Amino acid sequence: MKPQPIALKVLNVVSVLLFLAALSMVFLYAPLEATMNYVQKIFYFHIANAWVGMLGFIAAAVAGVVYLVRHDQKWDIVELAAVEISLVFFLIAILAGSIWARPTWGAYWTWEPRLTTAAILEMVYIAYLLLRQGIDDPDRRARFSAVYTLVGAISVPITFLSIRLFRTIHPVVIGTNSAASQGGFDMTSKMLATMFFALFTFSIIFANLFWHRIRLGQLAQQVEQLKLEEIQ
Amino acid sequence: MDRPQTTKPRPSPVARRPSSGFLNAIGAIVWKDLAAELRSRELLSAMLVFALLVILIFNFALELDPLTRRVATPGILWATFAFAGTLGLNRSMAVEKDRGCLDGLLLAPVDRSAIYFGKTISNLAFMLIVEVVVLPVYSVLYNTNLFNPGLIVVILLGSVGYVAVGTLLSSLAVQTRTRDVLLPILLFPVVIPILIAAVKASSGFLQGLALTEVMPYINLLIVYDVIFTAVAYMVFDYVVEE
Amino acid sequence: MIAVKKLVKRFGLKTVLRGLDFEVQAGEFVALLGPNGAGKTTFLRILASLSRPTLGEVRLAGHRLPAQASSARRNLGVVLHLPLLYGDLTAEENLRFYGRMYAVLNLSQRIDEVLDLVGLTSRRRDLVRTFSRGMQQRLAIGRAILHDPDVLLFDEPHTGLDQDACDMLDHLLRQVAGQGRTVVMTSHDLARVEHLASRFDVLSRGVISASASRNGLGSSNLLDFYRQALAG
Repeated sequence: MKPQPIALKVLNVVSVLLFLAALSMVFLYAPLEATMNYVQKIFYFHIANAWVGMLGFIAAAVAGVVYLVRHDQKWDIVELAAVEISLVFFLIAILAGSIWARPTWGAYWTWEPRLTTAAILEMVYIAYLLLRQGIDDPDRRARFSAVYTLVGAISVPITFLSIRLFRTIHPVVIGTNSAASQGGFDMTSKMLATMFFALFTFSIIFANLFWHRIRLGQLAQQVEQLKLEEIQ
Repeated sequence: MDRPQTTKPRPSPVARRPSSGFLNAIGAIVWKDLAAELRSRELLSAMLVFALLVILIFNFALELDPLTRRVATPGILWATFAFAGTLGLNRSMAVEKDRGCLDGLLLAPVDRSAIYFGKTISNLAFMLIVEVVVLPVYSVLYNTNLFNPGLIVVILLGSVGYVAVGTLLSSLAVQTRTRDVLLPILLFPVVIPILIAAVKASSGFLQGLALTEVMPYINLLIVYDVIFTAVAYMVFDYVVEE
Repeated sequence: MIAVKKLVKRFGLKTVLRGLDFEVQAGEFVALLGPNGAGKTTFLRILASLSRPTLGEVRLAGHRLPAQASSARRNLGVVLHLPLLYGDLTAEENLRFYGRMYAVLNLSQRIDEVLDLVGLTSRRRDLVRTFSRGMQQRLAIGRAILHDPDVLLFDEPHTGLDQDACDMLDHLLRQVAGQGRTVVMTSHDLARVEHLASRFDVLSRGVISASASRNGLGSSNLLDFYRQALAG
């Protein structure tokens, strides 16, 4: 088992430190928002998590295409890692959003475009994982996963646009069209700084987790290899 | 190539222009599916019965006074088509997989995409047949006039998109362990733009809205159909080749 | 007619064929023998262009696989375990379908010829669903020769057939092979192939471990040759 490279160990430490720094920025540095008070602070994490989710989504789509072109198994590992991370982070983002929504709009959920699309994306990811579970042959599993990733990657943005279209012609029933319900509010420069720092922190955390997950995938592959050599 | 002396009558050569072979193969697959289905009628009867049952269930699940009915009709119709559609898609591919016939198709000296187009067209045919039966039945049961040319167009466009993605994904699903169960799980999240556009466009036509209001959704359907037919065509090889 | 050099086939991390060499001249009838799981079916599927080689070179009827697979298929007839026939169509309709897929000219006449050859003219309008396994195999052979290919591949065609059906099948195989075609047939049934094939190859541990022509066997018994090939 290859030990963690120095760079990864450094990254581990950096991620933790940055996260603590971000936490302190959120609670100590950023001012309290006028109407929403402490509840608004979850916003920073909501955005950062959704951002990481997006990174994962794009990484998965790219990895899928590269796999189909190159047939190199390592891109399959990358794709799976990206999907798993994206799944978890979008889930956290949705939950954070719900926690924010309750006191703000009186409901845990609204059917607004971004939220609905995120939910649909989660379904696509779960379908992806179920698909992988149903295939034993690694080559076929990788090929089929890449195909489905491609289909999902194209379909989800179209879904987002469709729901937006749906909503502009028929306005949102729950919540008003004010800036507050669209998730916007006036941000002071301190808030902006905090938000960008949170985004940066979570990007680093994404890279860290991504690296770890890919290593895990490679280790799993090595185990499979050893098992087969035992049999043969 | 040298052959030992034989008394075999040499049949006519097989050669034909590649392009006509492609269209011919698609035609052969469509004919084969329709002929087989005409004889057994298993697929169509399953889809039809299921569709009618779904409509029946909706009747009890949603208390539909005449006003609500008007609003809910497109949704009920498309939900019905989506569910019944998966039955057809599953069955159509299962026939190929079970007797190893998929190998038979792969052995033919034609481009793989001919298989995709052939199966997609026959799947579309089955779906349209079901829709053609469901519409009048629904009209009678709910005293709603569904005979609307705009609606027909929407149903056509929506079915094409659904079947284009569905055939690709059912080719995936049929080669896994979880098979039948997996297809709806794979298909529905990805087919949502069609459902949105089809329901809104159907609703628009049934309520007699101006064409300008409905066009965005029609455009969405067309764009979706084109994109996904192209994607499926490009990617189908990876799904069937080993 | 068939030339295979250093063929390697891996399924994920499992290597089934390890640098296999194999050559067949036009008109030869080769029986491919070997224990279960040796890779006979895998090898046959690669020759049939249904599976891609991981490494190595495969030439069939002058075409490279998989690059020129489509052209190779024109000249290839394959009979597998499963009959590859549509149960809800009649014998004639099945042949008509495959005839169109292979763009066979003078199709009706050719169908008559083939049905006559396999002895199923009287059952041409019956659904294949109603056929016994033996009849399905005969029709499958008919399908395989419909487009008059030079190369025929059979994967254990005697499986599931009773004595009479086997005898009928052998008679048909002799006729079909006797028309100057090149045949490769995998089999478990040494007694049967002894009288059919002109050459016997043994596939063991991922390579052809032994090969002998009918004359080359001489006085020794096919069974002894086979056992020796596996032991060595």
